[in-house]
Amino acid sequence: MVADNRPVWQPAEVVESRMVTDQVRRVTLRRPGTRRAQPGSHVDVRVDLGARTDVRSYSVVEASADGSQVTVSVMLAPRSRGGSRFMHGLREGDVVECTQPLQNFDLRLGAPRHLLVAGGIGVTALAAMAETLRTTGRDYTLVYVGRSRAAMAYLDELEQAHGDRLRVHVDDQGHPLDVAALVDEVAGSSTARATELYVCGPIRLMDAVRRAWAGAGLPVHNLRFETFGNSGWFDAEDFVVRVPRLGLETTVGADTTILEALTEAGAEMMFDCRKGECGLCQVDVRDVDGSLDHRDVFFSARQHEAGDQLCTCVSRVACGDGRTGVLTLDLP
Amino acid sequence: MSVLDRQMSATAKIFPHPRDAWYVAAWDHEVTAKAPLARTIADRPLALYRTQDGRPVALADACWHRLAPLSMGTLVGDDEVQCPYHGLRYNSSGRCTAMPAQETVNPSASVPSFPVVEKHRYVWVWVGDPTKADPDLVPDMHQMDSPDWAGDGLTIHADCNYQLVLDNLMDLTHEEFVHSSSIGQAELSEAEFSTTHDGSTVTVSRWMRDIDAPPFWLKNMRDKFPGFTGKVDRWQIIHFEAPSTICIDVGVAKAGTGAPEGDRSQGVNGYVMNTITPDRDRSCHYFWAFMRNYRLDSQLITTQLRDGVHGVFAEDEVMLTAQQKAIDENPDYEFYSLNVDAGGMWVRRILDRMLVAEGRLDPGDVSVTNHAAAPADRPRVTTGA
Repeated sequence: MVADNRPVWQPAEVVESRMVTDQVRRVTLRRPGTRRAQPGSHVDVRVDLGARTDVRSYSVVEASADGSQVTVSVMLAPRSRGGSRFMHGLREGDVVECTQPLQNFDLRLGAPRHLLVAGGIGVTALAAMAETLRTTGRDYTLVYVGRSRAAMAYLDELEQAHGDRLRVHVDDQGHPLDVAALVDEVAGSSTARATELYVCGPIRLMDAVRRAWAGAGLPVHNLRFETFGNSGWFDAEDFVVRVPRLGLETTVGADTTILEALTEAGAEMMFDCRKGECGLCQVDVRDVDGSLDHRDVFFSARQHEAGDQLCTCVSRVACGDGRTGVLTLDLP
Repeated sequence: MSVLDRQMSATAKIFPHPRDAWYVAAWDHEVTAKAPLARTIADRPLALYRTQDGRPVALADACWHRLAPLSMGTLVGDDEVQCPYHGLRYNSSGRCTAMPAQETVNPSASVPSFPVVEKHRYVWVWVGDPTKADPDLVPDMHQMDSPDWAGDGLTIHADCNYQLVLDNLMDLTHEEFVHSSSIGQAELSEAEFSTTHDGSTVTVSRWMRDIDAPPFWLKNMRDKFPGFTGKVDRWQIIHFEAPSTICIDVGVAKAGTGAPEGDRSQGVNGYVMNTITPDRDRSCHYFWAFMRNYRLDSQLITTQLRDGVHGVFAEDEVMLTAQQKAIDENPDYEFYSLNVDAGGMWVRRILDRMLVAEGRLDPGDVSVTNHAAAPADRPRVTTGA
């Protein structure tokens, strides 16, 4: 658990690299390890962005029983900050730096029923869970949503493995997912209070599920999702952050955070999780020119709406129209 | 390197334990819906409790926040435990359901919830890979709650590595020396025994024919056959099931009445139920019971047998604790084996394989656990006489 979650960086050899759809590349890494990666785990990979390196997290789609190999799948992001482009450039024999499988999205086998909802490339986080639920004989349903069949990674394999337990919704085939109906189905079932729903996908899907779940009065802790704090309502863009009390003004680049930019500028910041969960980095908002894109899960919907505070580790400002947003903060 | 050098015959003095296994965490009556029970199982501190509808739960005994022991907390709601320090709450699957001073709950906040099965009057826990926790793998201890058997038992918290208890139970010649006043007799070490084994079980059988019944067995015979005198045929059939359950079919019958051939009607039959749960590397929970298949309605006999065996096992506990102390005080001395260790050595072989399968023992590193340095010093493993 926690001790296993401290990243240990080691070189890993790429032993498989191939496209599984037009945009999704499957990459298998071999590194020392003895325990099979648990469903829901991810690896952090050091990606080379040219001028600098950064870290990206990728869900483990498949893992070998002896713990030596993990497979990830990466979608080439149209507006890639460079991570997916780096991953797509990997070929067999290349060596990358990565961590052991880390767990922030653990599957608990105790629930009487499991519902997995995958949107697009989010299927990578849920495929291994579905496999474990299948092999251990649990009651589960995997819902897989995508824009077109051709864009949906592993669709054939999942259909073969899960049969009737897989429900596929394809936008361009005219039967998109009705999230409210799906959640109502849970709420109306005999195991409503104990069913766990695991969701991974774009923020619109995640948000729709969250709203429906809360609206149906289902237990909040039974809705499981993983957040890297990197999915927002707007694409990340540069904006200006000001702290009048400290006389600071700096630009937060699209590939960095308020927390990093202010620390860089000399402010002493408090933080811990760096993914919008713990709330330790919260600060007061004095003024916003642009739209606040909170991206955290620490504040409630009510608090997000009020907009008096934000989490500096993930929250951003965006205009979406080419203008540069300006955020004015009060630091404690 | 010969094939024998690669063959594991580990005589490690401090034996690691498999994790992918069911271990007894507690007697059924110890786990309640009133307050959590703290117990370390296979190096994992656990908080054990029941939901309001009676389902046993095993959570890691450390709050996600600052690791305060949940076992010091209180049970609230249908299935939750509340941390005694800052009031974080966890449900029976370990999900945090409430945190102080915020409107949301951190989605990452949870504590491990370990698979649990209640069976044979025990609460069993699986601390290894949960995807392998098949309830059908719980060792067979059906005599514990079968209508054909009656009896009771207790727990010994033994200050020794769990493997020392397995060694103790797989070779009962020690009864002659450790338990001379109750079940020991010279015929034990004189009688021949046979050992059989497969992938996960070992059986050691010993028959002693036409002997005097030792005090414990004479009493039992007289419970069933008042006023009995005379010679008996005595048996001990030791059934080991991995990783650490040993059920011993024991009894005596009037000599020459056919017990060795299968007719036990002129005798008394008991089952010594033992299941050993590693605690830390030098301590274990030794759960035992003595079950019998005669005079089932006599609570007096149940209590007498439980108290009698309790006295016998106290003698084992003294020996095991002293043995562990001597092991620790003589780190440069090795174990050597005797012919009578065949059963215990097959048990070690099975446990070695389980450990290798879990990636916790490298088959190429046998010398790490096997202290026998030169091939000439290597202990022989035999199947007994």
